[in-house]
Order: sequence, then structure tokens, then C-alpha cells
Amino acid sequence: MSLLSGDGPRGRPLQILIGAVVLALMLAPFLFPGAKALNTSAKICVMILLVASYDVLIGYAGIVSFAHVMFFGVGAYGVGLALYGLGASWTAVAIGLVAAAALSLALALAIGLFSLRVQSIFFAMVTLAVAYAFNVLASQLSDITGGEDGRSFKVPAALQPGFKWLDHPIFGVPASGKLIAYYLVFFVAAVAFLVLLRVVNSPFGRVLQAIRENPFRAEALGYRIVFHRTLATCISALGATVAGALSALWLRYVGPDTALSFSIQVDVLVMVVVGGMGSLWGAIVGAAVFVVAEGYLQDLMGALANAAAEAHLPLLPGLFDPHRWLLWLGLAFVLAVYFAPAGIVGALKPAEGKGKRT
Amino acid sequence: MSPSLETRGLTVRFGGHVAVDHVTCAFRPGELTAIVGPNGAGKTTYFNLISGQLRASDGAVAIFGRDVTRLGAPERTRLGLGRAFQLTNLFPQLAVAENVRLAVQAHAGVHYDMRRPWRGRRDLIDKAEAVLGSVGLGDRRGTQAAALSHGDQRKLEVAMMMALEPKIAMFDEPTAGMSVDEVPVVLDLIARLKSDPTRTILLVEHKMDVVRSLADRIVVLVNGRLAADGEPQAVIASAVVQEAYLGIAPGKAA
Ligand SMILES: Nc1ncnc2c1ncn2[C@@H]1O[C@H](COP(=O)(O)OP(=O)(O)OP(=O)(O)O)[C@@H](O)[C@H]1O
Ligand SMILES: [Mg+2]
Repeated sequence: MSLLSGDGPRGRPLQILIGAVVLALMLAPFLFPGAKALNTSAKICVMILLVASYDVLIGYAGIVSFAHVMFFGVGAYGVGLALYGLGASWTAVAIGLVAAAALSLALALAIGLFSLRVQSIFFAMVTLAVAYAFNVLASQLSDITGGEDGRSFKVPAALQPGFKWLDHPIFGVPASGKLIAYYLVFFVAAVAFLVLLRVVNSPFGRVLQAIRENPFRAEALGYRIVFHRTLATCISALGATVAGALSALWLRYVGPDTALSFSIQVDVLVMVVVGGMGSLWGAIVGAAVFVVAEGYLQDLMGALANAAAEAHLPLLPGLFDPHRWLLWLGLAFVLAVYFAPAGIVGALKPAEGKGKRT
Repeated sequence: MSPSLETRGLTVRFGGHVAVDHVTCAFRPGELTAIVGPNGAGKTTYFNLISGQLRASDGAVAIFGRDVTRLGAPERTRLGLGRAFQLTNLFPQLAVAENVRLAVQAHAGVHYDMRRPWRGRRDLIDKAEAVLGSVGLGDRRGTQAAALSHGDQRKLEVAMMMALEPKIAMFDEPTAGMSVDEVPVVLDLIARLKSDPTRTILLVEHKMDVVRSLADRIVVLVNGRLAADGEPQAVIASAVVQEAYLGIAPGKAA
């Protein structure tokens, strides 16, 4: 219990859902062999951490930031460029990660101290501006960052697909560097998630919720809310930085599309809302649902479109055209927000008061 | 005894309107001062200036001899000030017990601890429980604050202030809008607080019978100015209260 900080998922349905997702991710290389499935699983792990760290900010502290993916980018570029420039070694990974974490902290501190005193709408605007400036900077400094093309690089030998650490396969899966890379992503994401879970359930995390609810009263109780908000911004930024580093290690590539694009920010927002804001478990559900939908909705729609075409149904083949997948995802999002405003976690929560002390 | 709380020429202007106008007043430990005055006299604004929710345009506030005019609300609270607000000011989505526990946690100085789960601090939970019991909200601990009745919300408001164990306790119409049978709980609490001779208590209250039974001293604010200050009997009998505040014939007020 103390591993989960006394805040495990509540209610049978949610426990089963979370348990299933975690188990699937834990055994993904063995359950779903094949490059696409493993890529999807690794992306889910990375996104869980990215979404959870965002939820610390938006769901717990009530701070709306649009710069979260910037910190993800800092992590990805930090590790990616270090590996590119210093060669494939763990030292390079460490240097890149430490440098990225330092930069993220500096940026988070600056954003926090300068703008968290003011109204939240102003803070949101500042984060938007900073994130935009950072994007422009990353693509302009193409000598360093590779510009729009990004950089491909080699990862340490143990993580390379060609690396064989056993002569025979394990349960039919080759003992390659890919397997090590996947479990590195999985375990680091899992540990970071548990750390965040501890943070939001600590006395400090409780103050964050109080500040979200009523900053004025939190101050009257003696909490210096600017410090709490700034600290939350820093922790959240570090979480995103680690997620970015994992993403770079997995993809062996870093570029604006995979690490900095504003569309990732939108995706993260959608995942937080779909999963359920204000509960870290929502990050697991939201990331899993979104990434699977993103990866497989097109396949599903292609199949549907073909079936409809063969049955000579009017209109449907066009509607189910795989290129329209974003339309369907958007529609599903609107419906989800309408029918389950508290996200999947909120919808599965046991009814209030039942079985509880009155 | 030297004053625990002092305001000197305390003034705040909203545009051209002077809501609190050069109020100089000192409050001492062991003393319960009732602050009365008509609606809009500036009583709540005076409280806001003292506890740091508002910055003064002019004048100074001192807590235990220390000038706090430039300090914010959290710092003043840490120096021993506690405030129960006139407009109920809770953490609406959080449970009743959590509202109080957060106050207990603040008073215990646990601000940034993120190593252990909050449930690990049993001492804070137990203390919050005790405070809740003292206002008679023990059986509502799991309810969302927003779901409480108005009277219970007022009690919770007072409970959160009590949890801070303030040396200087400021109540802004704590019983306003409460039903008759709920009022005694809060008055008992104030009376109990008063029995501690190290406490300084400020009470804004419209109900004259409450003022008469609890106050050691009455301060009258009218149009942001200090209009009278002294023994309850004398102040209540004074012309300024009769005319400016009570607005009723002298015979009826006695
Ligand atoms: N933030 C503000 N901006 C502008 N005017 C304000 C502000 N706060 C208070 N006032 C004005 O200051 C005056 C004093 O208000 P205050 O709330 O202090 O009165 P009060 O004595 O507490 O009245 P009540 O008995 O109704 O609670 C009022 O005229 C009010 O409109
Ligand atoms: Mg008032």
C-alpha cells in the first residue's frame, strides 16, 4: 500500500481496468510480438508519465500550462543531442539527462516565479509564448538540433536492436537490446509514476489541492502559495523531462514532430481529460485509450470502410475512410467530455457516500 | 500589558472612497473586543487590512510589536493571527475533515513535506478530528464542504480558524445566518477561547445580546472611522451608537 501511497485506484471496475493495462504493458513484448505493437506499448508508457506529470499541474494544482511539452522536448533533445554529439554511451545519456533536467528546472522556476503570482489566464498565455519561442529556437538552431529534420543517433549498445544478450529466445522472444530498451522505458516510467503518486498524496500534494480549490483561503491558513505552485511546476517539468528522455531513447531519434510539436500538447490535454483530471490513475487509462486509438483506429476504419464498400452501402465507405480517423477521434472526445466530464476514472468511481462513513 | 495587535492611522482607499479612515487602535491579550457598526462601515475591510488580505494605503499594523504592514497574509498567520471569514471561505470540493486537517497541517508547519503520504501523519488527522468534534461536526467528516448546510459551513469556517490555535483570533459575524439552536455552539467556543488569558479576540457582531454577553470592550466604526471605543455599557449607552448604529430610541437598547 505504501508503494501506492495509500491511493490505489478506487472501485472494482477501475482496479480491473488499471490492472489489465499495467499487466499488458508489463508483458507487452511477450503478449504482442511485432514492432508496431511494441512501439505502441512503449509510447503508452512514455505518455502515461507525460500525462501524469501534466495532471499534477492541471488536475491537482489547478494550474493551466501550455508549456508542458516544451519540458518533454528538453528531455528528448537533451538525451538525443548528447548521444548524437558525444557518441553512444551511458555517460552521454547521463550528461544529457542532467543537463536537460537543469534546463527544465531553470525554465520552470523562471516561469513559476515570474508569472504564478498573477492571474491564471496570464500564466497560461506566458507558457504558450515561452513554448512557442522554444519551438522556434529549436528549429532555428539547426546546426545543433538538426532543425525540422531532427537528429537520428545511436543509443548505448545494450539498447540497440542488434544486441544479443542470450543465445536463445525467452518465451519465443529474441533476447535483443530492443527488449532491454522496452523494459528500461517501462520501469523508469513506472517508478516516476509512483514518485508522482507519492507527491500528490503527500502533505505537500494536499496543499496543492487546497490551492486549486481556494487559493485565498490557503494563504489565510499560512501557506505561501507561490512557492507551492512553483514547486509543483518544477516537479511536473521534471516528470515531463524524464518522459522526453525515454522517448528519445526508444525512438533513437529526436525532432520537432516527436518532441516539441504543439499537437503533442493537445494530445496530452485530451488524454488528461479522457482519463480523468485530478487522479493520476486517469493518466494510465487516458494514455492507453488514446495511443491505442491513434494507432489502431485507422486500421479499424479501413476494415470498416472495405466492409461497407463490399456490401455496397452508400456514404459509409467515405465516412470510414482511414484518413478521417481524426474526425472520429474528435467526435469520441466531444462525446466523452459530454457524457463523462470527470473522465473514465470519474465515470468508474464508486458512488459517493456508499459504504462510507457518513 | 503591551498590545498584541495595533493599528496606527490604518487607512485604505478604493478610488475616491475611504473604506477605512485613519483607525488607530490597540488590542491586548485576554481581551475580547467587539467591533460594531452599520453595514458598510468598514469592519470587514479593517479585518482584511489586519490579516493581510488587503494592503493598506496608509498607516501601519503591528503584531506583537512587529510591524507587519509589508507582510502578506501567510506571514501574518504564521505570527499567530487567525481569521474566520464573514463570507464562508472553504475548500468546497474537499471533505469536511480535510478542510480542517489542512489548517492543522499549516499550523504544524508541514508545508512542503512530500516524502510520506499524508495519512502517515496520524497526529494531524487526530488533531483535526478533535477540532471537528469541538464544533459538533464529527459526524460530517466525510461530507464535501460544499454539501454542508449554511450553518454547518459557518461552523467549519470557525473550526478551520480554531485549528490554527491563533494567539489573535478574528471572528467576522460568526453566527450570521445560523439557526437559533446552532448559535450556542459557536458562542461556547468563543467563550472557551476567551478563558485563555493569552488570547486576543476580535469579534464583529451585529447581535447586541451576543456583544453584551461576550465583549470586554466595544469599538464602533462608522464610515470607516473609529467613532467610539470603551466599556460595553458606556459605549452602548453613548449617543453615537444609539444614533449612528442602532438607529433606535435609547430606551429600547437597554
Ligand atoms: N475591494 C473593494 N473594492 C471597493 N470597495 C470596497 C472593497 N471592499 C469593500 N469596499 C467598500 O468598503 C466599504 C466597507 O465595506 P465592509 O465590507 O468593510 O463593511 P462591513 O462593515 O463589513 O459591512 P457588513 O456589516 O455589511 O459586513 C463598503 O462601502 C464597500 O462597498
Ligand atoms: Mg463585513
